[in-house]
Amino acid sequence: MNHSLNYLLRRLGFYFIAAWAALTLNFFIPRLMPGDPAAIIFARFRGKLKPEAMNALRETFGLTDEPLLGQYWSYLKSILQGDLGISIAYFPEPVTSIISSALLWTIFLAGFSLIISFSLGTLLGTIIAWNRSGKLDSFLPPALAFIGAFPYFWLAMVALYIFGFELSWFPLGHAYGNDVTPGFNIPFILSALYHAALPALTMILVSLGGWMLSMRNIMITTLGTDYIAFAHAKGLSSRLIMLRYAARNAILPNFTGFGMALGFVLSGALLTEIIFSYPGQGYLLLQAVRAQDFPLMQGLFMTITFAVLAANWIVDILILFFDPRTRK
Amino acid sequence: MSYIHNSILSRWITGIIQNRKAVTGVVIILLFIFIGIFGPFITQDPTAFLSTPLSPPSWEHWLGTNGQGQDVLAQTISGARQTLLVGFTTGIMVVLIGALIGGISGYYGGRIDDLLSLLINVFLVMPGLPLMVILASWLPPGPGTLTGVLVLTGWAWNARVIRSQMMTFRSRDFVSAAIVSGERNIRIIVIEIMPRMLSLLASSFIGASIYAIGAQVGLEFLGLGDVSTITWGTNLYWASNDMALLTGSWWTFVPTGLSIAIVSFALTLINFGIDEVTNPRLISERVWRENIPTNKAINGITPVVKDHE
Repeated sequence: MNHSLNYLLRRLGFYFIAAWAALTLNFFIPRLMPGDPAAIIFARFRGKLKPEAMNALRETFGLTDEPLLGQYWSYLKSILQGDLGISIAYFPEPVTSIISSALLWTIFLAGFSLIISFSLGTLLGTIIAWNRSGKLDSFLPPALAFIGAFPYFWLAMVALYIFGFELSWFPLGHAYGNDVTPGFNIPFILSALYHAALPALTMILVSLGGWMLSMRNIMITTLGTDYIAFAHAKGLSSRLIMLRYAARNAILPNFTGFGMALGFVLSGALLTEIIFSYPGQGYLLLQAVRAQDFPLMQGLFMTITFAVLAANWIVDILILFFDPRTRK
Repeated sequence: MSYIHNSILSRWITGIIQNRKAVTGVVIILLFIFIGIFGPFITQDPTAFLSTPLSPPSWEHWLGTNGQGQDVLAQTISGARQTLLVGFTTGIMVVLIGALIGGISGYYGGRIDDLLSLLINVFLVMPGLPLMVILASWLPPGPGTLTGVLVLTGWAWNARVIRSQMMTFRSRDFVSAAIVSGERNIRIIVIEIMPRMLSLLASSFIGASIYAIGAQVGLEFLGLGDVSTITWGTNLYWASNDMALLTGSWWTFVPTGLSIAIVSFALTLINFGIDEVTNPRLISERVWRENIPTNKAINGITPVVKDHE
């Protein structure tokens, strides 16, 4: 147990370093760009912003006459106090309050599709590795690899065009209908699920192949090991060998991949949300890019990074439970 | 040594030439490169206003016109040039940086490895797209910015793969022999080890190019590229800006999307081919299947099906 605790603390330390690196990048990127960041922003917004917005902007970036190190310290301090600055596009709303409502929608949509795609892909990978000469194995991998070749958001565009626009099976956007009141009630939940269905389906479709192929490959290696041959020799049922003996071990690298995939899925989800006008982080990101709302963009980068780091740590804890080798 | 080495290389090359997947992929990629180089000289002017905006495919405009009344076919063809150029340039740079950092990290080990692995892992865990967005929004838009941003967010994955491969080579006898005979570390890495990683480097390059094309299109779709140039990404940006979806003008985004998908899929096919030709486990499986029943001798290949670690 001591060993596990040690491991978790070491991982936590790593995530703190990663978070610090992200914070530092976030601080230095505007300052390393050619020219003076304040001048760049002010030139872009001349005449469009009220003087108080300009001042808020100056404060957000800490673009005071302090030396760089002093600016860096006050920046770190304000981030630790949960202050990500003030948005330009939604002035004078603070960035944190804009992001927090959108974050829930993104976690709902991306988490939902990630879990479905992971479970389904892993299961399919197990099955096709087991029946390696079956019809499923010669059809699914190339088909999903082909689908995976499309850009995430482009597939979403086509799906929206066919199923939303032409066939009207699914809504054209937003997270829930106009006729329901947000809250913990059944019409709202049903409406939210209905609105999430098509974006989630496109994301599942594109990411399914990756899970399936990696599970298939590890499964094939596992099936070649001696303990599987021994299990066959003992006369165990093939179902038992497939699930309890082979898949249970083969799934471990996939679990590690789960944490890594979070970053990719969140990134992909951002673009999918834009297509479906889904009011999550991605939609905000688009607004931020269009309005050149730098504080909002950087705030989004920070929250998504923190979300990914936290999720990775949870995966680390889960792996401790699933893989006895990690807790000696 | 060099004799063996050459024969492996020539076996790979003949293997790839005979591999149907790889050849299909290579032909498609060459076709697109050809289109990217010479296509713009043949087509109509992609920036000219030619016909009613958003008119469907017709004889004058095979793929219709976009929201600016420009010819979609011409736009798709001229979009190939910059998209592929940025994609492949990024691919090369990602592999070079990955080989440099991953190689040094895996070869030297110890403190250097600790430090570089930390750097690699930090970049791996940071979500790519939001980072690309803030970088791209601060820098002046253009192909140079795109390449730089894509390289910065994409090198870590390759570095990690190359690092672990380097670590297995580091413990091989031929490396120990080279160290004992007094060769310099740089020489060992570049002359002795890197050529043996050729298949890994090639498939890393292809993987990185697939990533670069996809991510670049995504960034440009967000409006972070130079929207006045014609690339596949800006084509999609304008399609979405001109309400292509709500007006049902599928021809403004389908050709570009299909081109991207075909290029990525062709690159994936090449990677499958390289894997089939150079992966010992797949080679041995194929060799078993082909040769065991007829009991033919196998020239120099030891069949390896199981993993004995």
